[in-house]
Amino acid sequence: MSVVKEFTKGFWQELPPFRLVLGLCPTLAVTKTAFAGAGMGLATTFVLVCSNILISMLKNVIPAKVRIASFIVIIASFVVVVEMLMKAYAYPLSQVLGLFIPLIVVNCIVLGRAEAFASKNSVIDSAADGLGIGLGYSMALALLGAIRELFGAGTILGGTPMEMLAFGSSFKPFSFMVQAPGAFMCLGLILGFIGFLNRRYNI
Amino acid sequence: MEYNSLTDYLLLIVAAVFVKNILLAQYLGNCPFLGVSKKMETATGMGMAVVFVLVLAAVFTWMTYTYILVPLKLEYMKTVTFILVIAALVQFVEMFMKKSMPALYKGLGVFLPLITTNCAVLGVCLINIDKEYSIMTATVFSFASAVGFALALALFAGLRERFEIAAIPKSFEGTAIGLITAGLIAMAFFGFAGMVNI
Repeated sequence: MSVVKEFTKGFWQELPPFRLVLGLCPTLAVTKTAFAGAGMGLATTFVLVCSNILISMLKNVIPAKVRIASFIVIIASFVVVVEMLMKAYAYPLSQVLGLFIPLIVVNCIVLGRAEAFASKNSVIDSAADGLGIGLGYSMALALLGAIRELFGAGTILGGTPMEMLAFGSSFKPFSFMVQAPGAFMCLGLILGFIGFLNRRYNI
Repeated sequence: MEYNSLTDYLLLIVAAVFVKNILLAQYLGNCPFLGVSKKMETATGMGMAVVFVLVLAAVFTWMTYTYILVPLKLEYMKTVTFILVIAALVQFVEMFMKKSMPALYKGLGVFLPLITTNCAVLGVCLINIDKEYSIMTATVFSFASAVGFALALALFAGLRERFEIAAIPKSFEGTAIGLITAGLIAMAFFGFAGMVNI
C-alpha cells in the first residue's frame, strides 16, 4: 500500500516544479517543445530512480558527515551514464538539451529526494518515490512545453513524426513564448492557476 | 572566435552581462534567483559570493580539465570531476574565509554552501570547456557572467521588496508573481538581444 502512495504522490501532492518549486532551470530552459520537455523529464527520471535505489541501499554505509558529497558523486555518475546513452541512441535530443543534461547533477529535485527520502527509506519505497516524482516532473515539463510550443511555434508535438500545425499555415507564431520571458511568464501563470485551485477547492 | 584585443574582451563582457545574461537569457541559476531575492541585503550577498566562487571555480575546473582530464583521455568524466572540484573549492573557501576574513565571512558565509548546487557555477564551467576558451577568456567570461547574475539578482530583489506594499492577487502571491516579474525583467534585457554576438 505504501509503495503505491509513495509512487502517486509525485503526480499531484509533491509534483515538481508546480507544487514543490524545485528544478527550475531545466523547466524554463528546455521546454520549447513538448518533446524536449518530456525527454528532459525522462532523463531526470532515470537519474532519480537509479540514484534513489543506490543511495537507499548504501544508506547504512555512508557516514553522515560526508553524505552530501557522496550523494553528489553517485548522482553525477548516473548523469554521465545518461549523457553517454543519449549521445549514442538519441543524438538529436541530446543536441536540443545540450548543457542541461550534465546540469541534472545540480538539479535540486534529485539531491532533494536523495537527502529527504532515499537516505531514510527502503529500496522499494525509494524506487517508487523516484519513479513517481520523475514521471510527474516529466509530465509537468511536457505540459509546459506543449503550451509554449502551441503558441510560440504553432505546432503540436513538433520534432516528432506526429508533428502537425495547430492553427493552420497562416498562423503567425507568437515567438515571445519560446523565448526566455515567455518561459518565466508561462510558468508564473501556471503556478498562479494552481494557487487559485488550491485556494478555491482546497486541493 | 579568438579573443586577442581589449575590444574583443570588452565585447565579451557586454555580451555576458547584458545580451546573454546567464539568468535571464540562459536560464542558469534560477533556484537562488527565486530563493534569496526577497531582501536586497541577501541578494547582494549572494551575488558577491557567486562572483567570488565562480571566477575561482572557472580557473580551477579549466586547469583540471586541461592538465589532468585531457592528458588522461578522461574528458567524459568532466561532469563528475567539476562538481567535486566545485564542492571542494566551496568548502575550502568557506574555511579560509572563516579563519582569515571573519568580516567577509559574516556577510557571505551563509550563501557559500548553497553555491555548490547553483547550476550557474557548473554551467559556466562547462560552457568554458565547450566553447574551448583559453584560460584568460574563460576567466573574463566567468567574471562577466557572475556580474550579470549579481546584477539581475539585485534588480529582481529591488522589485520584489515592493511586493510587500502591492496588492497582488492572492493566488499569485509568492513564487508565481516572482516568475512573472522575472519574465518582465527578461523582456527588458531582451532589448539587448543581437547587439553583440558571442
